[in-house]
Amino acid sequence: MISAAVFADQIAMYNPEVNDFAAMLQAPSLDHIFGTDEFGRDIYSRIVHGARTAMLVGFTAAICGSTLGLLVGVTSAYFGGWVDITVQRVIDVLIAFPSIILALAIVIILGRGVGPVIVAITIPLIPNCARVVRSSALAIREIPYVDAARAMGFGHARIVLRHISPNIMAPYLIMLTTFLGQAILAEASLSYLGLGVQEPTPAWGLMLKSGAEEYAESAPWAVIFPGVAISLAVFGFNLFGDAMRDVLDPKLRDR
Amino acid sequence: MSVAETIGDENSLADAEPLLRVEGLKMHFPVTEGLFMRRTVGHVKAVDGVSFTIAPGETLGLVGESGCGKTTVGRCILRLENPGAGKVVFAGTDIAGMKASEISKLRQDVQVIFQDPFSSLNPRQKIGSIISEPLRVHGIIKDPTKRRERVAELLRICGLNPRFADRYPHEMSGGQRQRVGIARALSVNPKFIVCDEAVSALDVSIQAQVINLLEDLREQFNFSYLFIAHDLSVVRHICHRVAVMYLGKIAELADCDELFDNPRHPYTQALLSAVPVPDPTVEEARSHQILEGEVPSPMNPPSGCVFHPRCPQAIETCRREVPELQEFSPGHMVACPVVLGK
Repeated sequence: MISAAVFADQIAMYNPEVNDFAAMLQAPSLDHIFGTDEFGRDIYSRIVHGARTAMLVGFTAAICGSTLGLLVGVTSAYFGGWVDITVQRVIDVLIAFPSIILALAIVIILGRGVGPVIVAITIPLIPNCARVVRSSALAIREIPYVDAARAMGFGHARIVLRHISPNIMAPYLIMLTTFLGQAILAEASLSYLGLGVQEPTPAWGLMLKSGAEEYAESAPWAVIFPGVAISLAVFGFNLFGDAMRDVLDPKLRDR
Repeated sequence: MSVAETIGDENSLADAEPLLRVEGLKMHFPVTEGLFMRRTVGHVKAVDGVSFTIAPGETLGLVGESGCGKTTVGRCILRLENPGAGKVVFAGTDIAGMKASEISKLRQDVQVIFQDPFSSLNPRQKIGSIISEPLRVHGIIKDPTKRRERVAELLRICGLNPRFADRYPHEMSGGQRQRVGIARALSVNPKFIVCDEAVSALDVSIQAQVINLLEDLREQFNFSYLFIAHDLSVVRHICHRVAVMYLGKIAELADCDELFDNPRHPYTQALLSAVPVPDPTVEEARSHQILEGEVPSPMNPPSGCVFHPRCPQAIETCRREVPELQEFSPGHMVACPVVLGK
């Protein structure tokens, strides 16, 4: 069962990239398998190219978000005391905002384009990861090899990066894969709201918006296919995250 | 509340200039209560006025039952805990008063071997990396090739095949891991090693090997050990002098043979009588002294002598006065008014 899930994920994850390369070689509008949009652009090609935007934003935001979260969480747990309390309260404040509202606010401050969108999606992810990582790091901190590292006179940075962080890889990778789906969804939402990636860059959220506003009845394919693409991508990454959890949990792996 | 500090007469404890001198060491952990207003409702007196000295090349055993504070003494010497009061003087400098920035040098002189060989090695690091990391970080050996040679040498010294450097800790047995822990401690050329129950997690046959290794290393490099243990036969085998701790205080401190042959403090006597003798006839003829009751909470220790509620020889004085560790015979210190004949 588990191995089947693992392989299914890998198929789901690598497909968009394979298609990506195939589409790059074809001229758009040569083969309209998904129809064309209002400007005569091939939807299939735009979806495939949109996958690029989604992957770029999704991967960058998820990796940055979970890595920064890892550092914040481990540091907070390692130092404890008032450092921990302060960091945790800041995280509480960030978690209290719905992440899409927080992302919107950041985009408005920073302006539009791919870079600001990545920052806007990354920041709401950090506190979620930091909180999960902190709880794992609190347990790791009490294990004697951390004491051994302290007794060796290693610096705080070395202990955090080399001795605690590598031992929190399991929750970190699970958070990372979960964030991939979330980040893609957030990117699509921002684009849909008109605050994400701008035309003419192909992005699923943008396609959904232009399709849904005017042509939902006369040309439903303009809405359906980008929507399906978003759902499949998020679903695929969630499956991948599930599989990661199974692989990384030694109790499940033994079965 | 004033607790008399039991400062020993250091001249009588060791003839040589001590490498380590612990004076009136106290470590009280606050116990807090309440969700919003954190109030300190009491202190766990893990270590309450402990004093001893260790000479160069000497092994001091520290024994006592679980929770008596012996591990905390070790952690204070390593500065893994910040002692609440008292002095820990190592080679002329007070460790207890050191700032965090000054400790780095100390780390190379004082090292530790932990109890549990399974959790004291980072599971994500290879053995070679575990042993060479201190060499690299402290800049002891800068050349990577020489560093690898040194790691191989350290593994050989500790009785391991140098090829183990490429393995991960989970690929090794408990005894092998403990040897890696020893090799790691040796890597920085320490003068003093705290062995915190270093053999108690191992099988008996492996224990003997590791103890022999520790003894060989002591002869070869002239280390001092603070040997924290609860296994009295191990302590008798390896230690020069032994301190018996009860509830955060030292009850008795004497040369190893003197303490085992001629225990004075009632607690030491009870502790030793609990060790079985491997001769059935002797064992049957022996009078066992079984202690009544439980160890009192270190949060609220008894008044006077902390041992008095369980002591078969307690007199009225014990309830009121905190006994000081005093010399009974040369080199034999006891904290008991009955024994000292007051």
